[in-house]
Amino acid sequence: MRSAAAGEASSRPTPARTFLARSAARSLVGGLAATAAWLGVAALTAFWPDMPESDWAYTGDFAIACGALAFAVALAGFAGVRFAGLHRVHRLSPWLIALALFFAAWEAVTAKFGLLPLPFFPPPQAILEVVIDDRALLGTGVFASFRLLATGYFLGAAVGFVTGVAIGWSRLAGYWIHPVLRFIGPLPATAWLPLAFFVFPSSFSASIFLIALATGFPVTVLTWSGVAGVNSAYYDIARTLGASQRFLVLKVAVPAAMPHVFVGLFMGLGNSFAVLVVAEMLGVKAGLGWYLQWAQGWAAYANMYAALLIMAFLCSGLITALFRLRDRLLSWQKGLVRW
Amino acid sequence: MVAATATDYPDRGSTLTIRDVSHRFDLEGQPLPVLDRISLQVGRGEFVALLGPSGCGKSTLLRLVAGLDFPSAGSLLTEGKAIEGPDPSRVVVFQDPTLYPWRTVWSNVALGLEARGLIRTHRERVEDALRLVGLTGFANAYPHQLSGGMAQRAALARALVNDPKLLILDEPLGQLDSLTRITMQSELVSLWQRAGFTALLVTHDLEEALFLAGRVIVLSQRPAHIKAEIVNTRPYPRHRGDPHLAELRHEVFAHLGLAAAW
Repeated sequence: MRSAAAGEASSRPTPARTFLARSAARSLVGGLAATAAWLGVAALTAFWPDMPESDWAYTGDFAIACGALAFAVALAGFAGVRFAGLHRVHRLSPWLIALALFFAAWEAVTAKFGLLPLPFFPPPQAILEVVIDDRALLGTGVFASFRLLATGYFLGAAVGFVTGVAIGWSRLAGYWIHPVLRFIGPLPATAWLPLAFFVFPSSFSASIFLIALATGFPVTVLTWSGVAGVNSAYYDIARTLGASQRFLVLKVAVPAAMPHVFVGLFMGLGNSFAVLVVAEMLGVKAGLGWYLQWAQGWAAYANMYAALLIMAFLCSGLITALFRLRDRLLSWQKGLVRW
Repeated sequence: MVAATATDYPDRGSTLTIRDVSHRFDLEGQPLPVLDRISLQVGRGEFVALLGPSGCGKSTLLRLVAGLDFPSAGSLLTEGKAIEGPDPSRVVVFQDPTLYPWRTVWSNVALGLEARGLIRTHRERVEDALRLVGLTGFANAYPHQLSGGMAQRAALARALVNDPKLLILDEPLGQLDSLTRITMQSELVSLWQRAGFTALLVTHDLEEALFLAGRVIVLSQRPAHIKAEIVNTRPYPRHRGDPHLAELRHEVFAHLGLAAAW
């Protein structure tokens, strides 16, 4: 009797279980719809012949890539039935379907119908071709850009941070640095470009200077305003508890200013991207900016799109990384903006 | 008076002498007098309340005692020595708990020990202080997760962890709801009795002053001078309904020119 009752109880759907089942079903349906869409793109690419007289070498490879994506989405959908952790995947499926439609349309108007003028609007397989065939040069470009950006950004952020704390803390530092900051800070870093390229021994060091300048200004101003805006009661508390000047700066002013510092770091990162690309286009003989310029010179528009795409991934990835760092360091704050 | 002081640890608290202290602020070139020749002697382990209307300069006086500001005239001494700046033996609990939002409750309480480089050797004092104010389970919480009463308890623990000889309380319960306030008043009395520090409380709440303090100093409007001094010898723990407290209240109201209100 007892076991029968227990069996009955366990077969009765609890709200939690119904919710899980519904969520699993949604994940599966969404996953399968996205799979179908991407299989459609693969079939369209593979079985509809390209325009006559076109010689896209990677049409088959693009179809295979779409098929592989469809397979991966299907796998994730089925895995979602078993693993509740993958249920979130179904939130992606509308986007996956929309992207599939976009790629199908792109494929149709370029490689299949030839409606858009070449070489300005290559089909997706042409971009795939660039990414695969020119991967060595692109890889070098990514590495060069990243090295330049990271060096300049860290230098600028560090100097900006220290300067900002100094202005915010010391009246003497404020007296001397503030006018310089006001006069030079608003000048776009790129305006220094012609000067920097002949003052510095190499275009690499000149670019580091420019990126550091572009990063340093917002970091300085925001750090300064953060330190200046610290609730004076925080200092009173620490002073009555026996804190030294050093403690007041490092353990009170700096942590209290951190939310502002991060705003400065975000603005600086955005500025540094702009300066990086301009510097690479105008002087540095390496990196993605240089690659863009070079591809445009050869009317290699597929290469340009590929470089743009990689650049977008790189910049977005770096912003995301900075957001992650902020969320970790400022987890004590309420109501953080999610990126 | 004996019953009103913490006789268990007669040596723990420090004395406080305020001698002819006047103070004024500079407001756009105009001198604004806030304190007018205040003199006060506080004995070891005594609990003294400063009562006065809002804006009369009570908090200014506390800042002078804390060593955060210096008086325009007169002198302040503890244990016969002039107050020359902030010192961890004189800790302030402000009306606003002002916990550091980026630190957990534990590290907020540890602040004083950390500032003085004692945290490695005296970690257990943080736990003791948290236990004393009943926040043991909240060591890892962040200030924004605490209620007003809990935040003020944490602020109290942050002060007590330094084993102060003089605890300066600047309307510490002013922002709490009335029920939490009543609870915290009783807790404050028992903390003071156990730890034996000298307590100087600023408040504009007469009930609170009479419930907590052995002596109530009534201050005038700004510039503040001492209008009256009421000694309250009722033994602790006190009862809010005590008719003797009601008599004292009447007396204070008379000093404040509010006798008709009673």
